[in-house]
Amino acid sequence: MRGILPAGRFSTNMLLWITRRLLTSLLLVFLLLSAVFFVVRLAPGDPLDQIVAIEFGAADRELMRERLGLGGTLGEQYSRWLRGVLQGDLGYSIRQHRPVSDIIWEALPATLLLTVTAYVWHLILAVLSALVMAVKVGRWADRLLTWVGLFFYSLPGFWLGLMFIMVFCRKLGWFPASGIHSPDAVFMDWGSSQLDLWWHLALPAATLALGSFMGTARYLRSSLLDVLNQDYILAARSRGLPERVVLLRHALRNAMLPLITLMGLSVPFLLGGAVVIEIVFGWPGMGRVTIEAVWARDYPVIMATTSLGAVTVILGSFLADLLYGWADPRVRLGDRGRVL
Amino acid sequence: MRSSALAGIQPGSRKFRWYHDRRLRPGLVICGGLLLVAVLAGVLAPGDPSALGEAAERLCSPSWDHPLGTDVLGRDLLVRLLHGSRASLLVGWVSVLLAVTLGTGIGLASGLGPGWLDRILMNLTDTFMAFPRIFLVLLLVSLTSPSLLLVMSVLGLTGWMPVARLVRAEALAIREKDYVTAARGLGLSAARVAFRHVLPNLLPTVLVAASLRIGGAILTESFLSYLGLGAQEPTVSWGSMIQQGRAHLLDGWWLTVFPGLAVSLTVVGYNLLGEGLRSRLASGWQGGGDSRG
Repeated sequence: MRGILPAGRFSTNMLLWITRRLLTSLLLVFLLLSAVFFVVRLAPGDPLDQIVAIEFGAADRELMRERLGLGGTLGEQYSRWLRGVLQGDLGYSIRQHRPVSDIIWEALPATLLLTVTAYVWHLILAVLSALVMAVKVGRWADRLLTWVGLFFYSLPGFWLGLMFIMVFCRKLGWFPASGIHSPDAVFMDWGSSQLDLWWHLALPAATLALGSFMGTARYLRSSLLDVLNQDYILAARSRGLPERVVLLRHALRNAMLPLITLMGLSVPFLLGGAVVIEIVFGWPGMGRVTIEAVWARDYPVIMATTSLGAVTVILGSFLADLLYGWADPRVRLGDRGRVL
Repeated sequence: MRSSALAGIQPGSRKFRWYHDRRLRPGLVICGGLLLVAVLAGVLAPGDPSALGEAAERLCSPSWDHPLGTDVLGRDLLVRLLHGSRASLLVGWVSVLLAVTLGTGIGLASGLGPGWLDRILMNLTDTFMAFPRIFLVLLLVSLTSPSLLLVMSVLGLTGWMPVARLVRAEALAIREKDYVTAARGLGLSAARVAFRHVLPNLLPTVLVAASLRIGGAILTESFLSYLGLGAQEPTVSWGSMIQQGRAHLLDGWWLTVFPGLAVSLTVVGYNLLGEGLRSRLASGWQGGGDSRG
């Protein structure tokens, strides 16, 4: 038995644990790719019926079947699809007549920009309101914020987006209602086109952040309240440190540790929220691609975006675990495997 | 069992005083009121909510005749709003009931069953939990023609995973309790132990999880209906009402504002109810009504 945890940030135990965690993640990816395939293929009806017009001859039908990877037995289709995905070939879009991977590469940056911006705003809002709530616990500011937060948390995101469009775009004309760039953005210099991008980004990102920050804020509030009861806070106060320093340096930093895990858990919510927001604001990202594919019954695209969404979620939770082990020295690994 | 230690301390705590619990009251009032509206929609607003109105009554702003205005087809918005509560509540309740039943069954089997079953079921749960739910829902909805029934089943089939995890964790704790050991020692069958001794003690946890999930289900339903993937005409749904108002954000603001507020109020109600139940659970299920959460 080793009483003291290994001094190095990445000990052998840690590496072993990372490897194991990585392998389970890969297994999970494999399982869910299979799940996507079988859910789509085992659904009643021939997918070809949705795609091929009735007047097509039998020969054309078979040709189409081959090209869409629907030929052969179910097992053959499955192995072909799995092989394709592993090689980065996500199939061929039925409606857009081009590789699915092209469509996704076009849409991914927009979604990343939207979700990352929204998450940063989400964190800022959450930290600020959690600080206010924890300092004024039980007072009117705490209650007011709790109610406001509950309200935003319960709003349909797409409706909040519509309300913003109604007020800020249609009525006041401050922001553009849809898209990622103005039509004339191609003629702008770099600075103006960046400005134009942020001008388009502001409302969707704000909607996404406002709809989700309260979950994190409430979590952080209770975490802060726990930390504020610790002896080291008492010690810091008794050393005569200003309250601001105690709060920000001593309390907040410790209270934010569990946020790392929460960050990993927020990935699915943000992705889901982005789907909703993108469709309202006409944001050309993954969510809009998915929903347009659903309307068009473009299965290869839906399968690809669903799989990609799921892989992102798994990756997120894996990274969050790693980061937690790095950030909190108490959660290093002892001799008996994982502590997390 | 949770409250046995507290029951003796708190005055008058033996009774379920649901209404007098101030943590529960707002949620109970809102949810109860909405349930009444949904049940009595036909009485409160008689007639067909989809019947077309007079040509002169198209897109009227709120007035005494039409307190919430009319839509582009001259239909009274208040009438449609009242009838629309049915779709939301139906989807919320039925899908959550389905999800909770599935989740409880899988969680119980996982927590009480043999190790290999536990591993299989939990890997399955993790796999499905990894999907951002909306993608899975969209994938499933796209496979057949949209309807409210489809939305209910899909939301039920994609919502069981967190419940299964919760129930499993709780079942693992309960199976170590003395009364379960005693029941086993008496030679009772595994099914009897599971359903008569473990399940009843799980119910509060399950109830809290269920009430917290209804709001989310209603939100998803409204979004699907907004996309045209949920309720189809002539079924009235708040989500599709918002969709119909989308083209009239300025000249018919009431078309989007009121249905959205209705969804929000419902979700606030169920979230409050869930929070109230949760804090009640945390402080002893049958505990007195005056302690704060």
